Amino acid sequence: MAKVKGSIVVDIERCKGCELCPPVCPTNVLSMSKELNAKGFHYVYMENPDNCTGCNNCALVCPDACITVYRKKLV
Amino acid sequence: MSQQTENNDIVKEENLVFKKTNVLLDKVMHYCPGCGHGTAHRLIAEVIEEMDIQSECIGITPVGCSVLMYNYLDIDMQEAAHGRAPALATAIKRLQPEKFVFTYQGDGDLAAIGTAETIHAANRGENFTIFFINNGIYGMTGGQMAPTTLPNMKSSTSPYGRDVKMMGNPLKMTELVAQLPGSYYVTRQAVHTPAAVRKAKKAIRKAIENQKLEKGLSLVEIVSNCNSGWKMTPLQSNKWMEENMFPFYELGDLKVDGGMAK
Repeated sequence: MAKVKGSIVVDIERCKGCELCPPVCPTNVLSMSKELNAKGFHYVYMENPDNCTGCNNCALVCPDACITVYRKKLV
Repeated sequence: MSQQTENNDIVKEENLVFKKTNVLLDKVMHYCPGCGHGTAHRLIAEVIEEMDIQSECIGITPVGCSVLMYNYLDIDMQEAAHGRAPALATAIKRLQPEKFVFTYQGDGDLAAIGTAETIHAANRGENFTIFFINNGIYGMTGGQMAPTTLPNMKSSTSPYGRDVKMMGNPLKMTELVAQLPGSYYVTRQAVHTPAAVRKAKKAIRKAIENQKLEKGLSLVEIVSNCNSGWKMTPLQSNKWMEENMFPFYELGDLKVDGGMAK
């Protein structure tokens, strides 16, 4: 059982769907949505939100700074 | 605007780990999806925020893809003529030595038209920081061959690959600058993986902090992808960069604290 749980918030309109973040996620949380944003990009979303550990990898590689990361310790 | 439906017990201010820095403005960058410029901009903005020098920092933008950088960073910025950013930075730093001055240049700007300015600024030991984004191609104008294009690398003006016999050898600008006595800190980094991003951020911070020491020029080269110019997806271009660019442009410090690292 993971002792930390994380979550991300994606700024959908900033996301350009470059697909750099899903492969760097160690727990395979992220994937590209089938829907489009206003600019016509498939934005990233949390497919398996329960697995997120808030490790910050996705936000580090994001060229457009559209990911905000939260992490909480489970007691 | 932002997507949030679940995990509301985690998404709270006290659990915040990472957020876009306020030095980076909300305006969406014009770069192609997956371009390393965005990450490099963000790292510079984060370092400026962490050092709390937003009001004392002056950036010089080049000509190239990052010509509109002044739209994205909330600091004082000045546009330079093509390749002349180090000359302009020299003037600004000499007139206002208490400010933190940096230039942000691509390889077409720094290694082609601005070679003289770069080398002489480094040789004079000017006390500012250069961020050099190297993607081996003229990205903005349509992927033409640049001085940094690898041997046998295809570009729109070398469609059969760069023939060294006819088109000359690629130029390792960072190695050149490291050999000059006026440079103090010279390093080569990348921003394609989380580990590389962390290292690059440390290098950027060190390069800006070195200005307090007044010992000479700091140069951080960031080897970046150009997925549009290379005609690849962002992921493919990062892989191509690891396989082809890194053996030629080796990552790591070349000169630390005025002494050669290798």
